[in-house]
Amino acid sequence: MTSIVHHIPDHLLLSYASGSLPQPFSLVVAAHVSMCDECRARLGAHEGAGGVLLERSDPIILSESAKNSILSRLDDTVAELEPVHERSGIFPSPVMQALNGLPPKWKSLGMGARQSILEENNEGSVRLLYIPAGQAVPDHGHNGLELTLVLQGAFSDETGRYGAGDVEIADADLEHTPTAEEGEPCICLAATDASLRFNSWVPRLLQPLFRI
Amino acid sequence: MTNLSCQNFVERRPPAGYHALAASANDVNERDLSEKTPQTLSDQTLWMLAVRDRRDKRAFSQLFDFFGPRLKGFIMRGGATSAEAEDIVQDVMLSVWHKAASFDPHRAQVSSWIYQIARNRQVDIRRKTRRPVPEELKVEPATEVDSEQIIALEQEAAKLHDALETLSDNQRLMVEKAYLGELSHSEIHAETGLPLGTIKSRIRLGLERLRHELKGTRQS
Repeated sequence: MTSIVHHIPDHLLLSYASGSLPQPFSLVVAAHVSMCDECRARLGAHEGAGGVLLERSDPIILSESAKNSILSRLDDTVAELEPVHERSGIFPSPVMQALNGLPPKWKSLGMGARQSILEENNEGSVRLLYIPAGQAVPDHGHNGLELTLVLQGAFSDETGRYGAGDVEIADADLEHTPTAEEGEPCICLAATDASLRFNSWVPRLLQPLFRI
Repeated sequence: MTNLSCQNFVERRPPAGYHALAASANDVNERDLSEKTPQTLSDQTLWMLAVRDRRDKRAFSQLFDFFGPRLKGFIMRGGATSAEAEDIVQDVMLSVWHKAASFDPHRAQVSSWIYQIARNRQVDIRRKTRRPVPEELKVEPATEVDSEQIIALEQEAAKLHDALETLSDNQRLMVEKAYLGELSHSEIHAETGLPLGTIKSRIRLGLERLRHELKGTRQS
């Protein structure tokens, strides 16, 4: 495993731990933590802090029946849990979960680039992107926040180089042109809370069609 | 949250046994449990290990008495009604019983583990889909209790309790809101008063433990 340089910042980790982070970003955080021991430890520390606050919270007495009800259910057999999809190749388990255990269904974006949308709703969207080696992702800006986690290969842009496990945090101010490195194709997990604004490559009119 | 009565204040302090070596010998139940495990572990850890390793229902009942009302208070702070909160408390505590095998006191204190289960449950209810969670580490669960590591984690938690006491009311409120899920990521980002530095040594402990556990299981 190459060493990870670009991590999830604390405010996003805390937001994930507390449950306030929108679902598309939560998938990127869960995937990055699956690949990064440092962020796993940092998330653990936030959950530790959450635990301390739980211990400090003012107790509110439960109804008499609550405890009896739970104690009487301890021996019940539990329903089968949904299957957990294991890591497969470059895709960590939370990504496989979002893929329902199946390989991605790639759709062409032109010029050899492909995408597979994993989830899209009012909170934003999260997709896999496939960029052929050496090729630029079209120049684009964002209306909101974009998190891009590299799963395979690497890309570089105005802000630096991102290899497997690295995550780029791009906000509305960043206009960037990521370019995949020579070698193997670059595969990323990208989440946004708003649509991307491509400047040239995919004409604006086609954006609704590609759902970018 | 002003003018806490003395009683309330005592109630909110870490439970007996939290500070290493402070064994509460007059607690009969704890003494029974402590025979097999060093007395320096907290009550909650001892109860949880008894549930995990011996499916001990009495220990579970003690865990419920400690965490049930605190969970209810915690969940109601987030706006749930009393009845909704009780349903979630029951779901969470049943998960504690059924998922006990995955509790590892070397990685997380009991309250931290329960906090995670509660947050997952609340997100699942709100979104009606499962929240993405990181993959489990593929390491053999530690069979031997490394008291030193567990106590180190508990001491970090005790330090955090103390650190929270020194915050201003407003700062403490913001920390609580953040961990209750009441602040968005951008609000947390803007809230520069959040004392995130207080968890630094906890991060180091966690990372050392992970590296220790993962040694040899990964190619580097």
